[in-house]
Amino acid sequence: MPLHADRPGPPTPVPLLRMAGISKSFGRQQVLREVCFDLRPGEVHVLAGENGAGKSTLMKILGGVHTDYEGHLELRGRPVRFRSPRDAAAHGVAVIHQELSLVRDLSVEDNIFLGREQSTLGWLRRGPQRRRAIDVLALLGVRLDVRRPVGSFSIATQQLIEIAKALALEADLLVMDEPTSALQGPEVERLFACIAGLKARGCGIVYITHRMEEVYRLADRITVLRDGNHIGTSPTAELPAPLLVRQMVGRDLSPAAAASAPTAAEVRLRLDGFTLRSAAGAARPVVQDVSLELRSGEILGLAGLEGSGNSALLWGLFGAHDGPAAGSVLLDGRPYRPTSPRKAIRHGLALVTNDRQRTGLVPALSVARNFTLASLPQLSPGGWVNQTAEYRVAAALAQALGLRAASLRQPVSTLSGGNQQKVVLGKWLNRNPRVLLLDEPTRGVDVGAKQEIYALMRQWSAAGAAILLITSELPELLLLSDRILVLHRGQVAARFDRGDATPERILHAAMGGQLT
Amino acid sequence: MTFSPESRPRFAPAELIRQPAFTALLALVLVFVLGLLFSGDGAFYKWGTHRDALRQASVYGILACGMTVVIISAGIDLSVGSVLALVAVCFSLFGIHWQWPAYAAIPLCLLIGAACGVVSGGLAARFGIQPFVVTLAMMVFARGLAKTVSGGMKVSTAIRTADGDYSYVEVPDIFRAIDSRLLDGNLSVVSLIFLVCVVLSWLCLARLRWGRYLYAIGGNEPAARLSGVPVAAMKMLAYGLCGLFAAVAGICQAAQEQQGDPEAGVGYELNAIAIVVIGGTSLMGGRGGIGLTLLGTLIIGYIEKILSINAVPEASRLMLTGAIIVAAVLVQRRKA
Repeated sequence: MPLHADRPGPPTPVPLLRMAGISKSFGRQQVLREVCFDLRPGEVHVLAGENGAGKSTLMKILGGVHTDYEGHLELRGRPVRFRSPRDAAAHGVAVIHQELSLVRDLSVEDNIFLGREQSTLGWLRRGPQRRRAIDVLALLGVRLDVRRPVGSFSIATQQLIEIAKALALEADLLVMDEPTSALQGPEVERLFACIAGLKARGCGIVYITHRMEEVYRLADRITVLRDGNHIGTSPTAELPAPLLVRQMVGRDLSPAAAASAPTAAEVRLRLDGFTLRSAAGAARPVVQDVSLELRSGEILGLAGLEGSGNSALLWGLFGAHDGPAAGSVLLDGRPYRPTSPRKAIRHGLALVTNDRQRTGLVPALSVARNFTLASLPQLSPGGWVNQTAEYRVAAALAQALGLRAASLRQPVSTLSGGNQQKVVLGKWLNRNPRVLLLDEPTRGVDVGAKQEIYALMRQWSAAGAAILLITSELPELLLLSDRILVLHRGQVAARFDRGDATPERILHAAMGGQLT
Repeated sequence: MTFSPESRPRFAPAELIRQPAFTALLALVLVFVLGLLFSGDGAFYKWGTHRDALRQASVYGILACGMTVVIISAGIDLSVGSVLALVAVCFSLFGIHWQWPAYAAIPLCLLIGAACGVVSGGLAARFGIQPFVVTLAMMVFARGLAKTVSGGMKVSTAIRTADGDYSYVEVPDIFRAIDSRLLDGNLSVVSLIFLVCVVLSWLCLARLRWGRYLYAIGGNEPAARLSGVPVAAMKMLAYGLCGLFAAVAGICQAAQEQQGDPEAGVGYELNAIAIVVIGGTSLMGGRGGIGLTLLGTLIIGYIEKILSINAVPEASRLMLTGAIIVAAVLVQRRKA
């Protein structure tokens, strides 16, 4: 069954979609400011920008997820305001999300028609539905048993099923948010062929990607967002890669701080061919063949966009990765196999995750008890917690970190974001770690607290700790790192010394572009 | 700002009212006032009534102590009623039929209960099976084991002999001792055992590193694991303690009834959970404590007693208890 069999051939001059003056805030934080965006029939329009530039938010407005926004949305010349994702889908807008939204235990065909089952008086029309599912998958070059549960297929196949689900909507406006993040070469080619087919039928496609080669293979036009602002929209031919990157980064950087410049310090951590595979068994490793050296007193910055695997690398080193690991790790010259967080902590590692609510703090426990959670064995001889000593330690940490709290006995969840982050850091400060793995240590923290956290990191490295730092804020990365390693799709894409790194070069490498 | 070990939070009445301990205490006072109003022709003013209320709630209370420890780690143990029956049967078999001395029978019974708990906890923690499912399986299994051990009949002082007749033996001293009273008959031994269990589990939760880890696991398991907490081992021990307390309750039950009934303890796990919830410990884990469970035990115990001295029929008693549980949980929810 062909898609859009009766659609007229030549594209009409009316744009498929026009978004004008779109603004959106979450609380006091404005994430989109007067953004304009339009999409013509038969066009692939790439939406580019750094993490947090507002791309996803804009697409969530288009997909009917965010209904509370300012501005104007026109579909085929008619003003619309979607009330729900279902409403958007009914208007022919299909969104393929980056995170898979499939029900693992339902069959492929049931997933493709979930929420809009074809039925007669409540009885499913299995036959037509199944044939349709097979047809849609065939467009993507996939042949599989549509009666099997989705969860029994690989992540890459699931991604294709997700795309098929959107195609089955017969939408003429598709949003694809990083659709290739889990796909291998041949699957990517099939997806691109399918996109070409959709274009030929007059569908409009909004395409979000962090990969430079995809931008220049697919895009007819490119729109750049930065910090929620619309920077510009240009035909692809008028926007060469260096200019695109400059538009994406283009902001003033704070002056570089005094470099700590460690020279002949001993190598603290050494990775050779470190590889992590996902437990789900995707063909592509999450982290592949990463080698690096980290000296005592050094801060090594890890750059990479979403899905680059840099968070997974830190979890892997901490023994918390959920899947097989390979390669060699030397800690102070001795082999070290990261098998559990407990072991990692015993070996002097510390991990600050990028989500303090979910993996950093125990919200219901008091400030003092969160401070001492990782060092309780030292504070509880014979298994009995010495509460006086515990409180003394917590009070000393609070003072050293400049913690603002009414009491150390209040639940940590009652503190502000910056102060909560100080508690997370203080938990490890107390253990004097040899290697610190910091994943976005300043996320959601105000400017003042940020400076305090920077100072703390310098203090730590001056004391001889080696620090692996992930931050998606390039100025911060450039300010703090002695060296920078860029990951792209799990592999090392580039290495920079402090002097050579520029935001443009880092971002270029993070998007998988070749260095020129 | 400085923090000294002596600095306490400022006294704030508004804060105090939001504490679960305050709500539970208020509920207990309310129940008490009800008792004073509906005193069952003055029965509520007699000391014996209070002694009996505590004694009758003790077995439930002992189970609730273990349940609290498990629930704080964000788990649940549905097997305590069956384990109670299993241990009651074993204890009667060892003590009455086989005439074992107490120092042999009691440790072995405690070991059986703890083993049941450790097995449940181990399955739940190591293989990641939901505690609800694992302990449901243990509930069925232990009940079956109790029936196997007892041959499906009550293990009592009437022993069937080879020729089909019954011979009667004396009730062992240890049974009498557990069922007796101390302090001129003012305190039941069973109540004393309950209070010892309260103190023990309070020490575990409030003073031991293990207890702290259980709060951390219940409050945020991934964060606890990443802070170096040995999650699986800690959980296994929590279920072990819960099983141990179920064994203690089983011994008490057998002593009070002077027999081991393989059908005993049906539904007791639900009473224990109700006591924990009414006290104010969160079923989501990470919040609560043994003090709250002590209050919960007293609330449930007094409600039952007040209803019974006023000769409220059992049917109405059950319905009222159900309503009270819902009310307690609603109050809890509003706070959270």
